[in-house]
Amino acid sequence: MKVLAAMSGGVDSAVAAARAVEAGHEVVGVHLALSRQPGTLRTGARGCCTIEDSMDAQRAANMIGIPYYVWDFSERFKLDVVDDFIAEYSAGRTPNPCMRCNERIKFAALLEKAVALGFDAVATGHYANIVEDENGNRELHRAAAWAKDQSYVLGVLTTEQLAHSMFPLGSTPSKAEIRAEAAERGFSVANKPDSHDICFIPDGNTRGWLADKVGAEQGEILDRNGEVLGKHEGAVAFTIGQRKGLNVGYPTDDGKPRFVLEIRPKTNEVVVGPREALALSEVAGTKFSWAGLDPLASGFISEPGASFECHVQVRAHSDPMPATARIAPATEGVDNVGDAKGPELIVRPHEPLIGVSPGQTAVLYVGTRVLGQCTIARTVSAVPVGV
Amino acid sequence: MTIYLDHAATTPMRPSVVQAFAEALPVVGNPSSIHSQGQAAKRMLEEAREAVAASVGADSVEITFTSGGTEAINLGIKGLYWARNSSGVERRRIVVAQAEHHATIDAVEWMRTHEGAVLDWIPVDALGRIDVDYVREALADDVALVSMLWANNEVGTLQPVSEVAELAKAVGVPVHVDAVSALGYVPIDFHAAGVAALSVSAHKIGGPVGVGALVIARSASVTPLIHGGSQQRARSGTMDAPGAVAFAAAAREATVALAEEAARLTVLRDELIAGVQAAVPEAVLRGDTENRLPGNAHFTFPGCEGDSLLFLLDVAGFSVSTGSACQAGVPEASHVLLAMGLDEPTARGALRISLGESTTADEVAQFVAALPGAVEQARAAGYSDRVTVLGH
Repeated sequence: MKVLAAMSGGVDSAVAAARAVEAGHEVVGVHLALSRQPGTLRTGARGCCTIEDSMDAQRAANMIGIPYYVWDFSERFKLDVVDDFIAEYSAGRTPNPCMRCNERIKFAALLEKAVALGFDAVATGHYANIVEDENGNRELHRAAAWAKDQSYVLGVLTTEQLAHSMFPLGSTPSKAEIRAEAAERGFSVANKPDSHDICFIPDGNTRGWLADKVGAEQGEILDRNGEVLGKHEGAVAFTIGQRKGLNVGYPTDDGKPRFVLEIRPKTNEVVVGPREALALSEVAGTKFSWAGLDPLASGFISEPGASFECHVQVRAHSDPMPATARIAPATEGVDNVGDAKGPELIVRPHEPLIGVSPGQTAVLYVGTRVLGQCTIARTVSAVPVGV
Repeated sequence: MTIYLDHAATTPMRPSVVQAFAEALPVVGNPSSIHSQGQAAKRMLEEAREAVAASVGADSVEITFTSGGTEAINLGIKGLYWARNSSGVERRRIVVAQAEHHATIDAVEWMRTHEGAVLDWIPVDALGRIDVDYVREALADDVALVSMLWANNEVGTLQPVSEVAELAKAVGVPVHVDAVSALGYVPIDFHAAGVAALSVSAHKIGGPVGVGALVIARSASVTPLIHGGSQQRARSGTMDAPGAVAFAAAAREATVALAEEAARLTVLRDELIAGVQAAVPEAVLRGDTENRLPGNAHFTFPGCEGDSLLFLLDVAGFSVSTGSACQAGVPEASHVLLAMGLDEPTARGALRISLGESTTADEVAQFVAALPGAVEQARAAGYSDRVTVLGH
């Protein structure tokens, strides 16, 4: 196959490209230029798409012996990832920009361009597996390296995207083996630190960055009964479940710490309450997708709208929780602020989920298989007000 | 077999240059040393200086060797600016063309940020030619210098150097000319041009990378960038005698047979242009059709991203460029094309094909045959900022 190896300049994508070559594919390395200000060097694990990353990627491609190019997707990245991130936070939701980048850039803008230019697949250094069932249908599965598993951030991929995706690292049991392999191959990036945080916020200060972009104004911190407990310096920078930085006085009336329960960007209010009030009995949204066959075609349900058992994961590295899910038809009268009209995916965890924000992605698993995902738009508290 | 059609980026080193370079490399002796070995190296260096001077119609005393074109341009612009401001009279304006090479643009921007220079940008027309009337209006005693290209490195348009020089001379303003892409392709007569300083580079004419020169008129004054042993008129640092010898060999060859070679390249280039326009009728030739570098062909292909085209042609065995190679590997719409009035999507479909001494008619024919398929496929891929179909 003709394979485009997306090379970030990190160790994972370098090894993935080398493995694709050894698997017999005709491989070309491509580095994505996502920032319009690439003139910086990395500091530790921060930053992305810098000159240094581009040079590291090119050096690895040279060592592997594959052609290397830089393709500019900075405009799409700005529109689909950065602007979306700002808009989501401004609306009081907590987006995951890495998922958005996978969905719209790596496995959309890049993949479409690659296919148009004659490639069969895009290979990345993600830790995940693609498995084909007996009928040739592709399924997305967790990586062998559970600790590094990135199937969550790939949960947004659709059947069409999976059809052209390749994850050469999926079967490796640990990151240490990838680093060892990189060292053996002589890659200069063998010991390069993993990247953390959000690549377009190089100093890691998300709150400051957001305040810069959307402005931050002082507002009120309320309890669940609407009583004013204090002031905050801008609602958008808070996330649900956050405890630090609230400044509502200590000890509180009941002696328990307060957590962010709700963010109301329109009124610039932050609602806080005890930890128990973070518990959710249901999460739901109308923006969902299936990574391969849907539950009906997979045989998990026998008729549309029926419930099925699965595990739900709401963060890249949180534990999957047993849950029951179903698709409710649009006619059930969903009224979600900021969500699209249409059928809704409803997920009920068997134990309450703690501290989940609208905007976060709920990825559904059956065993190691990623079934699909839904952007959470609506949540139901497990605890009524006043408890 | 790869076909090299990117001579504007760099040129294959001529075999005679490789030989001259190799023979000079083991020669022991610092040209500044007093002993006989030093004097032998000095002789090598000065013969080289004379040859380079002859190739541009200058005297050898007017040649200051540099590490290349970029240093020469920086020395020309900053050096003239500082010298013009050293006598107590403040002259903050730099009159500079919009479609210059990045070496010029970044140097003058730096002068604005760090030295308080005021930049007065000369517009270019749709063909990339600077507006002489604008220069005439802009010239005054408060102008530190004018900086312009001899020939545009992207679209190949030749610039009205003598006209500008004459206007500037009338008000006593020095002119720096970036002739890096012109040397070896069009005749350059420094004295006849009447400019204060002129930048050239060896690797664009079959010489090695790492050697260039700023030609500084006897009457002009340039403040050095690099201080030390004062080995040259406007530059310190131990002289690279072998580099100078190689530069001289390349300059000699490139200018001795210039008329014949330029005529040969013009024929090839016109075949290329006609071939491209026949194969891809919607291709638009950019730059001046008549007054352009003999080896330069530059097109925009509507609906194509230049980097897609470049990739497809590279895979097919053709080395071409989307424009200037100096943008940190990040493809951006060319500022030259934007200055010529193109919109960003159009400018993104740019491809520069530059022919040189090694180019044959067969290579041009192969390129013309390969191009339509690449254009069709690149058009299918579209612009990289288009809305995606995948994703949800």
